[in-house]
Order: sequence, then structure tokens, then C-alpha cells
Amino acid sequence: MVIKVLGSCCGNCAALMANAKTALAELGIQATVEKVSDFAEIAKYGVISIPSLVIDETVVSTGKVLKPKEIMKILEGMVK
Amino acid sequence: MAVFGWLNDQLLKMEWLSNLVARLVESVFKMDIESRLAGSIHFFIYDAIKIAVLLSVLVFGISYIQSFFPPERTRKILGRFNGITANILGALLGTVTPFCSCSSIPLFIGFTNAGLPLGVTFSFLISSPLVDLASLILLASIFDWATAIAYVVVGIVLAVVAGTIIGNSKFEKYVEPFVFSTMPSSTNSNEHTLSTRERLIYSKDQTVGIFRNVWIYILVGVGIGAAIHNWIPETWISAVLGQDKWYSVLLATIVGVPMYADISGTLPIAEALVAKGVGLGTALSFMMGVTALSLPSIIMLKRVVKPRLLAIFLGMVTVGIMIIGYAFNAFGYFFV
Repeated sequence: MVIKVLGSCCGNCAALMANAKTALAELGIQATVEKVSDFAEIAKYGVISIPSLVIDETVVSTGKVLKPKEIMKILEGMVK
Repeated sequence: MAVFGWLNDQLLKMEWLSNLVARLVESVFKMDIESRLAGSIHFFIYDAIKIAVLLSVLVFGISYIQSFFPPERTRKILGRFNGITANILGALLGTVTPFCSCSSIPLFIGFTNAGLPLGVTFSFLISSPLVDLASLILLASIFDWATAIAYVVVGIVLAVVAGTIIGNSKFEKYVEPFVFSTMPSSTNSNEHTLSTRERLIYSKDQTVGIFRNVWIYILVGVGIGAAIHNWIPETWISAVLGQDKWYSVLLATIVGVPMYADISGTLPIAEALVAKGVGLGTALSFMMGVTALSLPSIIMLKRVVKPRLLAIFLGMVTVGIMIIGYAFNAFGYFFV
């Protein structure tokens, strides 16, 4: 599983990344978490508000710092 | 009117807090409030608390309004209008949308590739850091309502005028090609309507997040303000930024442009400058320069537009800020 956080500089992007890691650890899922800060790269996902969360190339949330619990819910829905 | 005046003094200007801090400085620190050090301490504590409290309340309120206008929706609304109406709407929507300058580039790309005119996008981009409802109330608290309203109006006019000029000049060729080639967004994950509870939670998260980002600017700004207020001789300041110096606005703008700070951090500096006899226009130019343009935002914008458009944009906004500064200095007596 590859999880990407789209966003460049705000503290919000770092917060979302940390929450994603917490969610993964909580569920015991192995995944790579990476940050995408290049604007051309971000634009490819058709996202206009950051931070956004992408799981296996699917945009699951935009413009929100999701809580670890919310990310866990999304992850559980995807694994099933 | 008396009720309004009282509310204005106590809630907005927080005079009770000023008196409380004065008492604190006198009784706890055992200092004469008239002394310089005590004056600085008073300015620092009073302004820092006042700005922090007002900002938190305001950001909460604005975030609630903002939750009705996610960028996806803003884009849709703007797409329905054209001409100057679209520019005005773009500038107005800019006052309730993002606080963070780094989210403006994805917005720029998203707006442009969805076919919104470049000028409308620029109106939005200029007004969004420059004017928001928080700056209106904070200015009213530190200065007065006339100044606050005038600031917001000229800020929006600047965004509309600069956007209209860019829009009429067919500058699309100066935008990096990848902006147009990317797929317009199809994800609508924010489309579902939020419940009031979700909006309140969103507002709370925004307030906490923004506060975490800006508290340092408030402290530094209030610190500089306190230093200007009581330690830098008035003669020094008026020698460089005095009303009678023709270059004061020019200098304030040029110093302000490369700097990056939140408006809440810039206000105490402007307040201290005005108290030292600097023209209101000069102080506002400095503030607008700091908030509207900054080195980090210019570097980010450089990734999506070609140098020529970037230079035109910078030039127009800088000149606009200077015109506003000189106009406020010339007609400032209307507000005092």
C-alpha cells in the first residue's frame, strides 16, 4: 500500500502525514507514506485544496487534516 | 449609540484588559506605569492577549463561513460569471477562503485549468492573503472602524483592478503549460453537505491549526511593536518614515514586500508606527506589502507562471500598494 500526502509547506500537511502514520501503526498495516510537494505532481491528481490524502493512487480526502481515527476508517473500508 | 460605543471599547478594544494589565504592571512588577520599561511590558502583554483572543474568535467565525465555500464550490460559482462581476466576486470570495499562502498555488492551477479567466484567478489570489474578515475586525480594534473599512475596500479594489488588467492583457501564454495540460479535477469528495456539527468541528480544527501557525508572528510582531513604542526615538522614525518625507511610503512598501508574516503579526508594528507619528498610509503600505506579497509566495508562484507575468503581477501589486499608501496619507485626516 502506498499512501501519499499532497501538500507543500503548511504545518497542516505535516500534521496529516503524522496522523496517517498513527493510523497505520494503530491498524498494524505496512505501507509507505510519502509527501508530494511538487505542484505539477499535485495537479495530476486534480486536487485543488491541500492537504489531500491519496491511498494507492485514489484521492480519498481533500483540504482536510483527517484525524487518525478517520484515516483508520478509510483504511478499513479499503482493506475489506 | 452609547451602548455601541461601550461595546466597541470593551469588547473590541478591550479597554478593561488594558486597565487590568496596567494594574498588574503596577502592583506585581512594582513599576511606575509611566516609565518606559513598564510601558513596553504593558504594550506587549495587552496587545499579545488582545490579538490572540480576537484572532481565535474571528478565525472560528470565518472558518464556519468558509465551510460553505470550499475551493471546489468557489470555482463553480466563479465559472458562472464573467467580466468585472467575476473579478469582484473573485476578490470577495478571496476574503473568506484560505489563510495559508501555500494552498494558493494548487488553487491557481485548479481554477486555471477549469477554464476560469486568468484575471479572475488573480483577483482571488491577491485578495485572499490581503483582506479577510479577521483583518477588518482587528483593524477596527487597533485603529477604528473608518480605517478598517477603508482598508478592506481599497484591498478589494486593488485585487479587482489588478485582476482586470491581467485578464484583459491575454497573458495566458505566460502560464506554464503543465497548468493547462493537467486533468481538471473530477474528485468531489467534499461535495456532500456538512452538518452543523461537522462545520463546528471544522472551525475548531482550523482555529487550532491557524493559531499554531501564527502565534510566533504575533509574539514577534508585538515584540517589535513594543520596542518601537517605547525605545526607538521618535526623531529616528520620523527621519525615515515621517509624514513630510516623500519617500516614506516607497520605503515602507519595499521593506514590506519580501517579508512574510501574518496580518495579526504586522498590525502591532503598524500600530506602534502610527503612535510615533508615522502616516497611516505609510503604516498600511507596510502592512499590505508584508501580507500580500512575500519572498516564499513569489518563489511558489514562479513555478506556475513565467517570469514576465510574475514581474507584471509583482509590479502591479507593489505600485497599487504605494498608491493606496500615498492616498491614505493625503486624505488620512478624514479618518482621524
